[in-house]
Amino acid sequence: MSDGSRLPALLQKRSTLLILGVPLVVLGAVVYVTDIPVVVNIYTFFCVNLMLVLGLQMFMGNSGILAWTHVGWMGIGAYASSILSVAPMMKDLGVPNMYPALVQLQTSVPVAIALGGIVAALVAALIGWPLMRLSDAVGVITLFATLIVIHVVLTQWDNVTNGPRTFFGVQEWTTLWIALAGALIILVVAHWFRESSWGLRLRSSRDNRFASMAMGTSVVQVRYVAFVLSALIAGLSGGVWAHLITSFSPKSFYITEAFTLLTMLVIGGQGSISGAVVGTTLVTLAREGLRQVEAGINNSGMFSWEVYGLTELVLAVFLIVVLIWRPSGVIGGQELTWPLFKRKRREEEPAAVESVSAESG
Amino acid sequence: MNLEFIINTISLGSMYALLALGLVFVYGILKLVNFAYGEYLMIAGYALYVLGTFTGLPWSIVMVAAIFVAAFTSYTTELVAFRPVRTKSMSAMLVTSFAVSVFLQNLVVIFISPRARAVRFPSFFSETVTIAGATVPVRNLLVIATTVVLLAVLTLVMKRTVLGMAMRAAADRFTATRLMGVPANLVISAAFLISGLLAGTVAIFWVSRSASVDPLIGAAPLLIAFIATVMGGMHSLIGAVIGGFVYGLLFNILSITLPASLISYRDAFMFVIVILFLLFRPEGIWRGGYTEERVG
Repeated sequence: MSDGSRLPALLQKRSTLLILGVPLVVLGAVVYVTDIPVVVNIYTFFCVNLMLVLGLQMFMGNSGILAWTHVGWMGIGAYASSILSVAPMMKDLGVPNMYPALVQLQTSVPVAIALGGIVAALVAALIGWPLMRLSDAVGVITLFATLIVIHVVLTQWDNVTNGPRTFFGVQEWTTLWIALAGALIILVVAHWFRESSWGLRLRSSRDNRFASMAMGTSVVQVRYVAFVLSALIAGLSGGVWAHLITSFSPKSFYITEAFTLLTMLVIGGQGSISGAVVGTTLVTLAREGLRQVEAGINNSGMFSWEVYGLTELVLAVFLIVVLIWRPSGVIGGQELTWPLFKRKRREEEPAAVESVSAESG
Repeated sequence: MNLEFIINTISLGSMYALLALGLVFVYGILKLVNFAYGEYLMIAGYALYVLGTFTGLPWSIVMVAAIFVAAFTSYTTELVAFRPVRTKSMSAMLVTSFAVSVFLQNLVVIFISPRARAVRFPSFFSETVTIAGATVPVRNLLVIATTVVLLAVLTLVMKRTVLGMAMRAAADRFTATRLMGVPANLVISAAFLISGLLAGTVAIFWVSRSASVDPLIGAAPLLIAFIATVMGGMHSLIGAVIGGFVYGLLFNILSITLPASLISYRDAFMFVIVILFLLFRPEGIWRGGYTEERVG
């Protein structure tokens, strides 16, 4: 392969990060320079979604457990950071029942977002251990139930969250560059985690729980670490998201949002970082396209009623088709590495996974 | 403990038991936690609405038709979505069922309405009768009667017919059952059909409580079925029925004992109890026998 100095070797080893990161930055720069408000907005949301999906991949992709709770941690992060960053006067106005102690709190936005992430991680750390003991169907159902618990608490605790009503008045702080930087940082963290000893052990437990235990992996422990870390990232992303969208309600952190994130991850391929990035890209493009179609249909008056839900409908079909055609996602479980196609020629064994990378664009 | 409470608890428990049973039929054989299960109930509700409002058929035919619509939906989803991914990973199947659920919901949103629709029921559904001093809605008695009949019929089918025995065998050891010459597709389709029938039956009583149907109506029964099966034991039909009744009891007790300020947290309390319960007894109340890993 590469000989000579150390730099090419290092680049090769980290080529996944470059393949994924460089286009993100270039695209971000292009979007920034052309400065079309709609596109800037879409790209910023894309970067925030990428943060969320990468965080989801970290736990779900490596452990194989369907992580329903991810949007819950996002919600906790969003609420915690917003409560910390909004000015007391604004909170008096927006959340009339809030505990006086909370109303007085105010920090700068970055600190608030960081603390929001920590709050989410703490909650996850507190309840995570027993959840990580459950596998298979029971585990899936219990995590789903946990999301419901989080949702019920967010909806009902109106001394903190303003109940089911909208929480508004959050400062708009997240810009294109902040979201992009966040996505890049989490890209590196997720990649590091996947390749670290923790990540390897977690992946081994995903592929064969019993063999992994026999090799000395403490399955509950590695799952727990990934769970808490992923909650931290979800909380941070939730904070960044909240300071972009500026007003939200508990509905934003429930099944619809979970479906969007899940679709992004699964279509790309939950087993790899590359899959998360590609999936987020594909779904964002599809969603924006479908929104245009939906708006077009409604404006043209083709039907006598408003067409809602077309986007979700088509995405659901898209998801089912991808799962039938390629159950491990478009990219599959392997990372994209440089060179993209070389290995296929060199080796006799079918390297089907690499050949798909052409679609990553 | 008064009679009214007992009858209401039994009727609630019966409904939940049927719900849980429908979920476990599919889970037992395919090891699939079917997130689209609540949507079968929703589709049956919309069948009640469409047939009852626009056709003028007698209510008994409308109800039977709604049950069959649910069963047909269940069967179709199996054929189109679940069969192709059956041999793939567990999480692929789970995500598929979730996608099917989103698909069905949005289908209704697009073609009927995102808003709730009123469903007409025969007047005796909302009447009450007095038994030994206890005032009970007729509906609750109907639920109990239906459940008793359905459980009896299902028990007979599962114990006495070849198909039922094949299904029980498949739930225990699918591979061995297939080696004995039982076609996998047949058993799985039958499980989905029964699952849909049960969802459709529950739909009648579920929808009649509010006499309206909306695209999100399937979420609550789905959750109840989940929690009841987990609590009762995922690996046996008896466990599901027990889980349903226990859930109904727990629900009614919490409704009575929780102070008014906490009543809105009732769902959260329910799930916390269930999660705690699972920590001490992950296999549920009714311990099923040996179960093998999932096979396609």
